[in-house]
Amino acid sequence: MTSAYTADEMMAVEAARRIPDGAVCFVGIGLPSLAANLARRTSAPNCVLVYESGTIGAKPEELPLSIGDGELAETADAVVSVPEMFAYWLQGGRIDLGFLGAAQIDRHGNLNSTVIGPYDSPTVRLPGGGGAPEIALGVRDVFVMLRHSRRAFVTALDFTTSLGDRVRVVVTDLGILEPVDGELTLVAVHPGTRADTAREATGWELRVAPDLHETKPPTTDELAALRGLRTKGAS
Amino acid sequence: MPIIPLNEAVRELVRDGDVVALEGFTHLIPHAAGHELIRQGRRDLTLVRMTPDVVYDQLIGMGCARKLVFSWGGNPGVGSLHRLRDAVEHGWPEPLDLEEHSHAGMAAAYAAGAAHLPFAVLRGYQGGDLPARTRVETITCPFTGEELAAVPAHRPDVGIVHAQQADRQGNVQLWGISGVQKETVLASARSIVTVEEVVGELELRPGGIVLPAWVVDAVCLAPGGAHPSYAHGYYERDNAFYVAWDAISRDRDCFRAWMQGHVLDTADLSEYQASLAAVSV
Repeated sequence: MTSAYTADEMMAVEAARRIPDGAVCFVGIGLPSLAANLARRTSAPNCVLVYESGTIGAKPEELPLSIGDGELAETADAVVSVPEMFAYWLQGGRIDLGFLGAAQIDRHGNLNSTVIGPYDSPTVRLPGGGGAPEIALGVRDVFVMLRHSRRAFVTALDFTTSLGDRVRVVVTDLGILEPVDGELTLVAVHPGTRADTAREATGWELRVAPDLHETKPPTTDELAALRGLRTKGAS
Repeated sequence: MPIIPLNEAVRELVRDGDVVALEGFTHLIPHAAGHELIRQGRRDLTLVRMTPDVVYDQLIGMGCARKLVFSWGGNPGVGSLHRLRDAVEHGWPEPLDLEEHSHAGMAAAYAAGAAHLPFAVLRGYQGGDLPARTRVETITCPFTGEELAAVPAHRPDVGIVHAQQADRQGNVQLWGISGVQKETVLASARSIVTVEEVVGELELRPGGIVLPAWVVDAVCLAPGGAHPSYAHGYYERDNAFYVAWDAISRDRDCFRAWMQGHVLDTADLSEYQASLAAVSV
């Protein structure tokens, strides 16, 4: 039987549910943008979307393909320069919530988005940290969105791009991890997913919370809102 | 300052071995100027950019650069820059040195450069492996004792940006997402601004950035010169091109053939545009 929603949709919905209404969110492209825009249309209508290109309070009708799409500027409350964005707004402590993705994560929520392999002779040169190092320590709460696999959930990062001190939740396609006593612990699985599946997809010995629960599947309203968010330029 | 042709500006102002920053944060990316650097065969450039994307992939793949100073190098919303990766992973067509920063560090370094300060100070680069791999030092605030990061200022030899308009005297205005373009021009020893349009008089826009003619060395008319990025109020981002670039750039021969046909074999921006139009029908 095919599921009525995709793994990405489940991730976006579960991340969106965790955005407090009114939160000022630093948003990247892809799943975080999907989650934040969904939250703005459902449970957190007053959340403020900040894109690092300098748009504060963006209200895009269609999902942007890049963080600097014109529609973000057209719908924003304010557009500021990039030096101002990082100095006054992020470093200034005005952002509540930041989303990060990565190629690798360790049990402490430290992230690698720089290289796979040695830095000087990498197997895969990844795009790099971008805003991540300062987002990771400049916002109050960090949400990580990352598909679960042994390649991504590793015992030792090839490179530490950003620190996990403020990671509050990791939303994967299998479930939810939260730090418990300083270590990411599986606290929920998505409907129909077993804890063992998440364990097998984790490179370290994954702790499972004694009160492990199941997330609620996307509601009809959530799915309708999500699917109404068309990505700009996508066919 | 007169409006001059782009090929003339590049010939006069950009030299082999220069530190060159072509800036634009997804908006107003000076593609036409990048193509002119490639046509004129500039070599050994140190390229500076917060978000090197397609035009830097092209410059690197064509062997114009020996070093990249950056904070995020990817094809936004699509994935990898294959030419950048090939240079770093396999040294093709030439090895590329990297000086890697965070966005916050790059932005602060441009602002310090614009202020003609030797370094920028910020609360950043804490922990992680980046500090050991880049030019950053820790300094202590003389007033509070707080430990902060010091990053050397960006002072490029040449700063190149694209803007919507200039007037006939060469005063420039850009608006929408303004990135670090103002800082880039003010931090650089020499600067080139390409524009969509030359108008009789600049009409001041909300949030508009104005660069007086006397801080710019050359203004060049290049309508459509930000393509495939966009120019707010003129044309939209060509998202399909960014997606198509992934396939074009993945293979060395395919990339070289594309660059030969659309950049090296075209004399200027209008011929480049005609060559693109010819294949998209």
